[in-house]
Amino acid sequence: MAENETAAQIFTNFWEVAVSALKSWTIWSLSTCAQIFVCQLFGMSKQDLVFNEMLAGADQPRQPYEAYFDWFKNEDVKALMRKSGEAESFFRRIGITFNVYGEDDADERLIPFDLVPRIISAKEWRTLERGIEQRVRAINAFLHDIYHRQEILRAGRIPRELISGNEAFLPEMVGVQPTGGVYTHIVGTDLVRTGEDEFYVLEDNARTPSGVSYMLENRETMLQMFPELFTQLKVRPVSAYPQLLRRSLADCAPQNSPNAKPIVAVLTPGIHNSAYFEHAFLADRMGAELVESSDLRVEDGYVSMRTTQGYKPIDVLYRRVDDEYLDPLNFNPSSLLGVPGIMDVYRAGNITIANAPGTGIADDKALYSYMPDIVEFYTGEPAILKNVPTWRCSEADSLKYVLDNLSELVVKEVHGSGGYGMLVGPAASKKEIAAFEKKLRARPDNYIAQPTLALSTVPILTKAGLAPRHVDLRPFVLVSPNRVDITPGGLTRVALKKGSLVVNSSQGGGTKDTWVLGD
Amino acid sequence: MMLGKTAGGLFWMFRYLERAENTARLLEAGWHIALTRSGQTTNEWQSIVTTAGMNAAYQEKFGDDYTPAQVINFMLRDKDNPSSVLTAITAARSNARMVRTALSAEVWEATNECWMVLKDLLSRPVTERALHDALTQIRFRTSVVRGCLHGTMLRNDIFAFSRLGTFLERADNTARILDVKYYVLLPSAAYVGTSIDNAQWEVILRSVSAESSYRWLYGGDSTPSNIAEFMLLDESMPRSLAFSVTEIGDALAILEKAYKTREESQIQAEALCHRIQSHSIETIFEEGLHEFLSGFISENAKLAGHIEKDFRFYG
Repeated sequence: MAENETAAQIFTNFWEVAVSALKSWTIWSLSTCAQIFVCQLFGMSKQDLVFNEMLAGADQPRQPYEAYFDWFKNEDVKALMRKSGEAESFFRRIGITFNVYGEDDADERLIPFDLVPRIISAKEWRTLERGIEQRVRAINAFLHDIYHRQEILRAGRIPRELISGNEAFLPEMVGVQPTGGVYTHIVGTDLVRTGEDEFYVLEDNARTPSGVSYMLENRETMLQMFPELFTQLKVRPVSAYPQLLRRSLADCAPQNSPNAKPIVAVLTPGIHNSAYFEHAFLADRMGAELVESSDLRVEDGYVSMRTTQGYKPIDVLYRRVDDEYLDPLNFNPSSLLGVPGIMDVYRAGNITIANAPGTGIADDKALYSYMPDIVEFYTGEPAILKNVPTWRCSEADSLKYVLDNLSELVVKEVHGSGGYGMLVGPAASKKEIAAFEKKLRARPDNYIAQPTLALSTVPILTKAGLAPRHVDLRPFVLVSPNRVDITPGGLTRVALKKGSLVVNSSQGGGTKDTWVLGD
Repeated sequence: MMLGKTAGGLFWMFRYLERAENTARLLEAGWHIALTRSGQTTNEWQSIVTTAGMNAAYQEKFGDDYTPAQVINFMLRDKDNPSSVLTAITAARSNARMVRTALSAEVWEATNECWMVLKDLLSRPVTERALHDALTQIRFRTSVVRGCLHGTMLRNDIFAFSRLGTFLERADNTARILDVKYYVLLPSAAYVGTSIDNAQWEVILRSVSAESSYRWLYGGDSTPSNIAEFMLLDESMPRSLAFSVTEIGDALAILEKAYKTREESQIQAEALCHRIQSHSIETIFEEGLHEFLSGFISENAKLAGHIEKDFRFYG
């Protein structure tokens, strides 16, 4: 490759290859018109069907990417690759690393960062924002209802057994009114895109969504590396997130606190947890205390932390510990990560736990397929954001369909997370499919299935120039008693392997900075 | 308001940083004497291990084999040696991660970078040729952390606990150097006042990076009594016992003022200060240098215990 060959030239080369496999633009646009389509074709031809968020054609950027594309054309790929190396050492120095479970603790990994931004127009964002807010409000209304009068069950919109037999439903929360009336203070709504106006909610993540530190540090890195882009483009800032988070949490503090100002603490499982960096980062940026189980105890009806001057009550606990481990007296008795008796303090209204215990029922995969009904039931309006069509394997007809079409579907465990325990049919071997089929037949109600979405792509930078890769998006939502704040941006996760649809960081995914443009 | 765990983390972070630095200095001194004196230097290498308080562990592993390469490796990178530079730096960084919210970004990044560089540097045995550079790198990296601490941190309780860790470790280290060295050198008080072997006093001064400061203060007059006075009682010498206990007292005074309570720690620290200040070098020699030093080492450790308890490091 010639030293001065520009990125755009290389990019064009890529497109020539891609276009040679492309049948016609008509097919491409027809495909996106379909509500949703199962991507049965793999290899080069698959690229034809996939929505490329940056390019509408060779050297023809979509509107939100115009300015960026012009800039990129004049950049040298080699120089950009060097920048990419700089970004990596920056991440290492500030310590944005994660520990992989089961590996030597000396081996701290970085989540790969790609320096091509994902850009969302002001108009696109407005739709997303409305849709997310609607969904998050519905989730909070649903949680309140399900732990109180259960109107939605009475109305027959959700089968009762889906709640009563569900481990994510916490009987301890029945009749409990969280301070400030908020259940999900923090939500990370996972979205995927398949076309110009086709966005789907993949998961609602109403428990303890992670990744926001990457959203903030990715932006910080981009600002350092490409300041000129931020003077040219109107990119909306994301930096207010920690302050907003603090305010949201403090607004929900118990009324009768002994503290003059609400004391907020972040509860981490400890420095060996894979997300420890994020816990420390958020506590630091919020000016909150970072506590572990061993720092806390219940004293005089409050949850108190051991300070250098004795135990002091905490008002709000932003816990990054699952429900199950939160309170060994009330839940898993062997937990060393929680605070014995905290649920009793919580029920007495003397501490705010964010997110509230029991919110997992709202993002349970068994309930996912009912989300459109849930949104409509509580808001009185049809859902703005679509759900991915979902087969509930607990239902005989659906199970049959799923078994007949395993090689084309994504099958997920109802309670799983992080991309583990799932089958990506089109990418799986016959052996893997057969093994999965056994598991599925043994416990059909443990699974749901969805079509393999043709996730949109955004290019990443490779040695050979830009190359499209599949992405998803997790915007971060903060809920206060009187408002919902959605940070304009979020975490774009990108599958770095060509053709891969798995974006999880634990399985080879990377991240991108996400730019929402101002008007 | 500060968590007890955070106070403990800061204290240990800076103890370990200081320890790494001191170990590097000890090695530097030992290396120097080995280079400048041919023949019997085994004792030098052994006394480095003894000073670090790791002789028993060393003997268990290697017996009486105090070859330079082995000692260097043991002191720089042996994971079984809690005083090795690699273990100390790893522990310092681990504590820094734990107290991340109490550190300025600069202090954290300097610590993290210090760890990254040294982990890489010490990932394989350091050759004799590379030793000098490695030791320089260790001192340089830990100095950057200290510089960031001084340049960017509030002078509050966070600072106070960091200083306590630094100076308790430093006082302990200086006392051990003298105890090991001087004890070996001067079995009888009859030698006091006579000029000692050049190479020996150089080792002592080098191991606290104080050859020039000593020359400035005492000229060429290197008697055991002068060196001991310099390292024990000189209030201007940043690694002397007198200097260290004054810093410890100051840090505890900050805490007394901030927390508006006087704890056992403050009382103990004042006693320790008094113990140093009320002595002259003559009375120390009368008492017996070894007795004085081992008394100090144990009082210093007791003070650390009080601090840990008074400020609730552990639940």
